[in-house]
Amino acid sequence: MNIKYFSWIRESIGKSDENLTKPDVVVSVKDLLDHLSALSEQHATALGERVFVKVAVNQVHTDHGAPVNDGDEIAIFPPVTGG
Amino acid sequence: MALISVQSEDFDINSEIATLKGDNKDVGAIVTFTGTVRDIGGTLQSMTLEHYPGMTEKELERIAGVAEERWPLLGCRVIHRFGTLAPGDNIVLVIALSTHREAAFKAADFLMDYLKSSAPFWKKEQIGEDENWVQAKEKDETALKRW
Repeated sequence: MNIKYFSWIRESIGKSDENLTKPDVVVSVKDLLDHLSALSEQHATALGERVFVKVAVNQVHTDHGAPVNDGDEIAIFPPVTGG
Repeated sequence: MALISVQSEDFDINSEIATLKGDNKDVGAIVTFTGTVRDIGGTLQSMTLEHYPGMTEKELERIAGVAEERWPLLGCRVIHRFGTLAPGDNIVLVIALSTHREAAFKAADFLMDYLKSSAPFWKKEQIGEDENWVQAKEKDETALKRW
């Protein structure tokens, strides 16, 4: 799966995207966030406050309970501030 | 079908209205909303808008599609800029055309409310040596309940 980061989550993690083979234990968005948080201190900090962590799967907004699959494009970002 | 653009360049409101309206004489109401970069007491140097290419266009098309289903529009245009902008610069343009004003007003209002809460843009303000990401406002979420 391809993971994309935006805004201060991108800056905090220090990269705009990374590729990952989905571990078997990762079934939902929440599982993925837990898995990513364990990768580094930067990931843990950026993804710590889950209320500020929004997710889109294949470019559609989704909640943390949604399923994820290998091959998905998953974007992780703070609440949007356009307009 | 709404016209959507996500671009770094500025836009000209009058030429956008003229293009959207064309020769359609059934249009009786043209509502436009323009959002601009607001200074912060003379301290804002610039504002940078980041977005999610691909999803941004899809979200704007989805929102505009909902507006077109809900109100009898004769035209709908959304332009949202990205990149580094100066105080006073244009950020976003919404145009709604209809036979009567009610649909055009409501559609433009709806489009802006939804755009603010779901289009994947993030604003960063440059103030002196500092750079701050703009925080999302709770009132933007509550604004959606009106619809």
